[in-house]
Amino acid sequence: MAPTGAGKTLAGFLPSLVALAERGPQKLKPKGLHTLYVSPLKALAVDIARNLDAPIAEMDLPVRVETRTGDTPAHKRTRQISRPPDILLTTPEQLALLIAHREAAEFFSGLRCVVLDELHALVTSKRGDLLSLAMARLHRLSPGLAAVGLSATVREPDELRKYLVPQGPLPAPPSPNAPSKSHEEKVIPVVGPRAGPLSRSGEGQGEGRELSEGGAPETRGDPVPDPEPSHPSPQPSPARERGPVAPPMADLVTVAGGAKADLRMLDLGRALPISGHTAWHSMPAIYELIKEHRTTLVFVNTRLQAEYTFQELWRLNEDALPIAIHHGSLDAQQRRRVEAAMAAGQLRAIVCTATLDLGIDWGDVDLVVNVGAPKGASRIMQRIGRANHRMDEPSKAYLVPGNRFEMLECQAALDAVEEAAQDTPDARLGALDVLAQHVLGMACADAFDPLDLYDEIVSASPYADLTWESFEQVVDYVATGGYALRAYERFAKILRGPDGLWRVRDARTAQAYRMNVGTIVEAARVRVRLGRSLRGKPGTVLPKTGRVLGEIEDEFAETLTVGDTFLFAGETLRFEGLAEDECLVTRAPPDTDPAIPSYAGSKFPLSTFLAARVRALIADPFEWDRLPEQIGAYLQQQRRRSVLPGERDLLVETFPRGKRHYLTAFPFEGRLAHQTLGMLLTRRLERGGLRPLGFAANDYGIAIWTTRDVAERAALDPDFIGDLFAVDMLGDDLEAWLDESAMMKRTFRQCAVIAGLIERHHPGLKKSGRAVTISTDLIYDVLRKHQPDHLLLRAARQDAATGLLDVRRLGMMLERIQGRIIHRSLDRVSPLSVSVMLEIGRERVYGEGADEILAEAEAELLQEALS
Amino acid sequence: MAAGLRLEKTSKHPTLQLAGETLVLDLCGGLWLPEHRTLIVSDLHLEKGSSYAARSGQFLPPYDTRETLACLHEAVIRHDPARVIALGDSFHDARGPERMEPGDRAMVAALQDGRDWVWIAGNHDAAVSEGVGGRYADALTLGGLLLRHEPSPGAAPGEIAGHLHPCGKVAMRGRAVRRRCFVTDGSRLVMPAFGAYAGGLNVRDKAIEGLFPKGFNAHLLGDGRVFAIGRAQLARD
Repeated sequence: MAPTGAGKTLAGFLPSLVALAERGPQKLKPKGLHTLYVSPLKALAVDIARNLDAPIAEMDLPVRVETRTGDTPAHKRTRQISRPPDILLTTPEQLALLIAHREAAEFFSGLRCVVLDELHALVTSKRGDLLSLAMARLHRLSPGLAAVGLSATVREPDELRKYLVPQGPLPAPPSPNAPSKSHEEKVIPVVGPRAGPLSRSGEGQGEGRELSEGGAPETRGDPVPDPEPSHPSPQPSPARERGPVAPPMADLVTVAGGAKADLRMLDLGRALPISGHTAWHSMPAIYELIKEHRTTLVFVNTRLQAEYTFQELWRLNEDALPIAIHHGSLDAQQRRRVEAAMAAGQLRAIVCTATLDLGIDWGDVDLVVNVGAPKGASRIMQRIGRANHRMDEPSKAYLVPGNRFEMLECQAALDAVEEAAQDTPDARLGALDVLAQHVLGMACADAFDPLDLYDEIVSASPYADLTWESFEQVVDYVATGGYALRAYERFAKILRGPDGLWRVRDARTAQAYRMNVGTIVEAARVRVRLGRSLRGKPGTVLPKTGRVLGEIEDEFAETLTVGDTFLFAGETLRFEGLAEDECLVTRAPPDTDPAIPSYAGSKFPLSTFLAARVRALIADPFEWDRLPEQIGAYLQQQRRRSVLPGERDLLVETFPRGKRHYLTAFPFEGRLAHQTLGMLLTRRLERGGLRPLGFAANDYGIAIWTTRDVAERAALDPDFIGDLFAVDMLGDDLEAWLDESAMMKRTFRQCAVIAGLIERHHPGLKKSGRAVTISTDLIYDVLRKHQPDHLLLRAARQDAATGLLDVRRLGMMLERIQGRIIHRSLDRVSPLSVSVMLEIGRERVYGEGADEILAEAEAELLQEALS
Repeated sequence: MAAGLRLEKTSKHPTLQLAGETLVLDLCGGLWLPEHRTLIVSDLHLEKGSSYAARSGQFLPPYDTRETLACLHEAVIRHDPARVIALGDSFHDARGPERMEPGDRAMVAALQDGRDWVWIAGNHDAAVSEGVGGRYADALTLGGLLLRHEPSPGAAPGEIAGHLHPCGKVAMRGRAVRRRCFVTDGSRLVMPAFGAYAGGLNVRDKAIEGLFPKGFNAHLLGDGRVFAIGRAQLARD
C-alpha cells in the first residue's frame, strides 16, 4: 500500500519513471527536463517531491526530482536552467515565468511529459487560462509532448480532455536553435487506457478520480504519428482543419471509486432557525463528534464562519482537545504550524475554509463535518474525499445545516452524492487580461511572429474561439495600452521590427513582467497587529508592540470604526485604528460579543444544479417525507398561507408590513445573481414611481421594500409583475448599473492588475497594496467615459457575466420564468418570505445611495448647529 | 461646530463666508467668488496619465487631461468667470505641457480666451512657466483672501490653499462613502483636488487636522450636491 496521497501521484509519474529508468544516467544521454508536474498549490508540489523521493530511492533510479516555487532561491533557479532535473515540480505561475525565460526553447526541447494535478480545480479560474497558454507553448516547443491531467470526477470530462491537447495545428518551435526531434525521443511509454500499472495504483486511492492522458501516445518502435483524429499529430499537419467536428481530446481513464461515502445530515431533532448560517445550535453536537473521532476536519464556507465556529468549539472544549483553525487570512507561519501539527497527528480537529479543499492529504482524518450550506454537489464530494484515503473504508461525513433552507440544500446534496451527480462549472472562455499578460511574456522569451503566436494561442482550448481581431487588440494593448488616442507610441513595451517580429522593449520591461506574473489578485489587505492599550491613558494604544495576527481585506477594514469589536484569529478584537499599513487592534475584554456582524453568508453561490433540486424538493409534497419533520411542517404552512411554486415557477409575494410595502421573490439562483436582480428591480420600481427604499438578498430569494403599494399596482395592471421581471431588464438598466457598480469596479481592478495596466510590483520600488499610486476606480470612470469598448472593459464585462455579478445565470433564470410567475398578494408575511426578510438589517442595504448616507451624516451636523 | 462658520440651508452649491468674502462651494470641486467673478480650481494634475507612461511604463488611459478640462469647461460655461485661478499642481510634472495632445491644448486656449488666467505655482509644476497661456504667480491676494498652493503652518486667516487633496469618509451601517471635500474652520480653507486622476488624503490625517486646531467641517462632493459633515461624523481611513 502506498503512503497516503501517493497513489494517484505515482500513477501520474509511473510512465516518466519507467522512461527515465530506461534512459539511464544522464551522463550518457543529452541532459534535459523530461517531466514537468504542475500543481495549484506550492505546498502540494513540495509534498509530492517528498513522496516521489522514496520510491526513487528504493528502486535506486537514476532520476533527479526538484521543485521550483516562489521560495526557491535564486542560485538554485539559475542552476535549474543550466542543469535541469529530470522531473520538475512547480506551479502555474512559475511555469509562466519559465516559458517567458530566454532559454525556454532550449530548456523545454526535451520535455516528454507534463502532469497537471488537481486539474478540475485549476481549469475553473484565470489560473487555468494562464496554464492553458503555457501548455500551448510547451506543445509547440516540444512536439509530441504527452500531457496527463489528474482530476476529481467532473461533469464534463471532455472539457478537460480538450484542455490537455492542442485544438489546432501548431507552428514550428519558435527558436531556430531548438534541436530537431529524433525518433529516439519519441519513445514515450504508453499509459494505455486501463493498462495494468495505472489502474492498479489508481484503485488504491478510492476517491473516484479520473486520469486523463493525452498528447501523442506512440508506443516504442512506432514512431509514425497516430493517424486517428482524436490523437493530435505531434507535427503540425496543415491537412487537418480546425472545425466544429470532433475537437481533439486526450484519452480518458476513469478510476472507479472505492467504498461509498457514509454521508448524513446532522439531525438535532429540534427546530432550526429560518435564517442565519452559523449553525450555533449544532456546536455541542459537532463537539461530541470531534470527541468520538480520531481527527475531524470541520469545513465552513467563509473565514468569519471559521472564526465563529472555532470560538464556539473552544467555548465547549472542556476536555481541552487540540482544536486548530486554518484559513487564508491567517499569518502564513501560523498556518504552517497548524499543517505540521496536523501531519504529525497532534490535532483532534481543524476548523478550515476552502484553503484545505485541495491538496495535502492529512493521514488520519476519519471524519469530515461540513457546516452550513453545501452550495455544490461536487464541492461537497471533494470535501468528503478529504477523509479516510483508503479505498476499503467509507469516508464518513456529516452535513450540518444552519437554517431550514440549508436543510433542503443538504438533502439535495445528499441525493446528488448518492447518485454521484456532478455540478462542476462550465468550461471557461479564456480571459483577455490573462492573454495580455501571456503575450508580453512571450515577447520576453523571444521575438514572436504574430501569426505563429496566434495559431499557438488558439490551440489552447479556452482560447480556441479567439478571433484574430481580438488577438490584434491584445497585442496593441500590450504595446501601447490599446487606446484610440495614440498617446503612448513612443513608450511602447513591445516593438515590431522590420522583420515583422515583436520584441520586448528593454530589460526593465521584462523585469516588470516577471515581477507581476500571475492571475491571483489578492484583495488589498492590511495586517492586523495586536497593540497594547496604555492603562494610564485610556484610548491610547501603543502601536508596533504586539505580534501580527494575520491580514484582513481592506474592504472590511474600511467599514470599521474605532471601538468596533470583531472576531479574528480565534479572538474577539477591538479595532483601534489604522496606522500606515496596519490595522491596530487590542484584545476585547473577556465575554465581549463581537459587534460587527460576521459576514457569515456563503462565499460560493448555490450551484444551479443544487438550486434546481431544492426547487424540486419544495414542489413535490411526496418528497417531504424524506426531509426532517419540521421542514415538512414549514412547507405545509407556506402552502396554507400562500402557495408553493412548481419546479420551474417563480413565486412573487407582496404584503404590507409596518409602514412599508414588501415584494419578495424566490428564484433560488444564488446570492450574486439575486443581488444583481435586486439592483435591476429597484431601478424598475423607481421608474414605475413605487419609490423603492432598499433590498436584501440571500441564496434563495430577495426582498424589496417600497413606500408605495406594489400589490395595488399589480391589481390594476395584470401585466405589472410579469413586466417587472421581463428579460429586457438585462439591457440598458444592466449597462447603466454595471457602469457604477462597486463590484464592477472591483472586477475591473483585477483585470487591470492581471493585464499589467497597474503593476503590483515595480522594479526598484517597494509598494504595498494600500499605497497603490492611483485608484483604479478613477481610471475606470475615465476609461468607460472616453473609450467604452477598451479591451480591459471588455475583459471586465466578460468576468462580470459569470463572476461577482453572475449576469449569465440571472439571464437564464429570467428566460426560465417567463409566463411562469405566480404572484400572491398577501395581507402579511408568509413563512417563506420570513427567511429573506430576516436578512434585512443583517446585510448591507444595497438600495442606499452615497448621497443618502452623506445626508444622514449632514443631518447630525445640522442638529448640532441648532441645539 | 467650528467657530465662525455659518451654515446655509442645504443647497446644491452651498455658500459660506471667509474673511468677509462670499464663497460658493461648487459641486464640481471649484470655488466660485461671485463678487470677484473668479473661479478657483486646485490640483488639476493635467497629464498625470502620460507621466506614468513616461516614467514607469504603466499605460493609464490617456484621457485624464480631457476629462479634467471637460469638467472645468462645464464650470466655466456655468459661471462665465472673468478670472480663473489654478491653485497649483496644474500639471503633474514639469514636462506635462510638452506631452499635451493638440486637442487638449486647444481646449485650454479656448477656456483662457477673454479671461484673466492665473497659474499659481505648485510643488509638481513649479518649473512650468510658459507654453500654456495665462500668467504665472507664486501666490495671489484677492480682497481679504490669500491664495497659495501649499497651506501655511500655523494660523492663516483668509488663506485658501490646495495641495493636500482632502477627502472625507463617512461610514455608516457597514457602508463607507469616501469623497473629495473642501475643509474649513471658517478662517481658512483647503480645496479638493480637481484632476480626474488625483488621489485623496483623509481629512482626519495629521497633515490636515493640524491646520485646524479648533476643529473643522468638511464639505463633501456628493453625487447630487455638496454635503456639510462635522468632524465627529468623519471616519479615519
